[in-house]
Amino acid sequence: MLEIKDLHKSFGSHEVLKGLDLSVQQGDVVAVLGPSGSGKTTLLRCLNFLETAQSGTMNFDGDLFNLKYITKKEIASVRKKTAFVFQNYNLFRNKTALQNVTEGLIIARKLSKKEALEKGMYALDKVGLSAKYDAYPHQLSGGQQQRVAIARALASDPEIIYFDEPTSALDPTLIGEVLSVMRKLAEEGMTMLVVTHEMNFARNVSNKVIFMMDGEIIETKTAKDFFNNPEQACIKTFLRTYLNSDEGSQSYELRRVNEEV
Amino acid sequence: MADEHLLAIIVDSFWKILLPGLTMTIPLTIISFTLALLLAVIAALVQFADLKGLKQLARFYIWVFRGTPLLVQLFVVFYGLPNIGILIDPFPAAVLVFSFNEGAYCAETIRSALESVPKGQFEAGLCVGMSYMQIMRRIILPQALRTAFPPLSNSLIAMVKDTSLAANITVSEMFMATQRIVARTYEPLLLYIEVGLIYLLFSSVLTFLQRLGEKKLSTYGNQEG
Repeated sequence: MLEIKDLHKSFGSHEVLKGLDLSVQQGDVVAVLGPSGSGKTTLLRCLNFLETAQSGTMNFDGDLFNLKYITKKEIASVRKKTAFVFQNYNLFRNKTALQNVTEGLIIARKLSKKEALEKGMYALDKVGLSAKYDAYPHQLSGGQQQRVAIARALASDPEIIYFDEPTSALDPTLIGEVLSVMRKLAEEGMTMLVVTHEMNFARNVSNKVIFMMDGEIIETKTAKDFFNNPEQACIKTFLRTYLNSDEGSQSYELRRVNEEV
Repeated sequence: MADEHLLAIIVDSFWKILLPGLTMTIPLTIISFTLALLLAVIAALVQFADLKGLKQLARFYIWVFRGTPLLVQLFVVFYGLPNIGILIDPFPAAVLVFSFNEGAYCAETIRSALESVPKGQFEAGLCVGMSYMQIMRRIILPQALRTAFPPLSNSLIAMVKDTSLAANITVSEMFMATQRIVARTYEPLLLYIEVGLIYLLFSSVLTFLQRLGEKKLSTYGNQEG
């Protein structure tokens, strides 16, 4: 469904992505793991054109695009089929929860107001927040804001949702509610590309893991294989650090929400 | 005896000062400030959008009008321009100068408010498929204007008082009316305090309106993210 070839991205003289290849099939839940600064977020931002890549091609649903010379029209056509969930939610601060979900539907997709409201309420219901439809973002907790952001992503019926560290800005007690919404989506067959540091999510929910380091993908495996039979030394070290902290030093609450997920 | 005389002057002059306030000072302020806001939004947007050429033009405009005294600008337009054949009546000349002068200040207020809206708001708009103009109109500008509201109210209050400078180019507004009465009655202390109090009254009404406006705008909070 989505295929990327030879994606390069530099900021100034600093090369952040050094020629990535990656493919996502429909229904895949791909976890993108790796240490901080390895280019995971930049990869996601390039896929949705929030950053312009220096070179590379994208095959989306059989349509081939050159990432460097992609036109505004092409960008719009790809964005129409995708959705993005940000680390710090980025809900429109001047809109209510429901308006956040319907804004894109009414303004960008030209749905009728009635249709948009129906879709909006349905999406909010899906993330368990239909009762809060009238609340402004500042009246919601971080976890609730992120769930509204997921509802906003869902409402446009995307073919794939990109998640950029969706739980990294959250208080540990609020991570669980967001992860369980994401798990539900995964079970319903939504195609997802998730940059995350939540090892339990990667292990239990995703079916594929991509491991990045220094701007390169150094491993692509099934989730099972990745966690059970790590081969490369740096991945072993990475897993040891994260899994130890998952089991050892975390608070009781965090362990509990992780177990739930 | 003396007290009664003074009281008579106060009562007699009150309407004579207030009336030009209502017919000149207030219209001058409202018209000029409206035009100033229009100019300011345009000058702020072309800078924010980084439109080559127009951005430099906006910077030049702000540089000139912020960098020279308001009184000098009034004199150049009203007394200076006739030299090259451009004659403008006092009231429109005042409107012209006040709106361009105030617009320069408000442009900076609005530009900084636009820049204070987190980048993520824009990116979220892109990701739900909105165009640049749609995001500006529906997401960025409303948030920026809310941030800009208190400093813009500040500018408006300052402008009410600055309109007194228009007396220098023969606009018969409140201050000029007062000067005329002083020339007749020789009671400068009393009358200038009186006109000062009327300006204070106008400003107080605006301060009250500002508070109402801020309350209305506070429906969505002021937190980051």
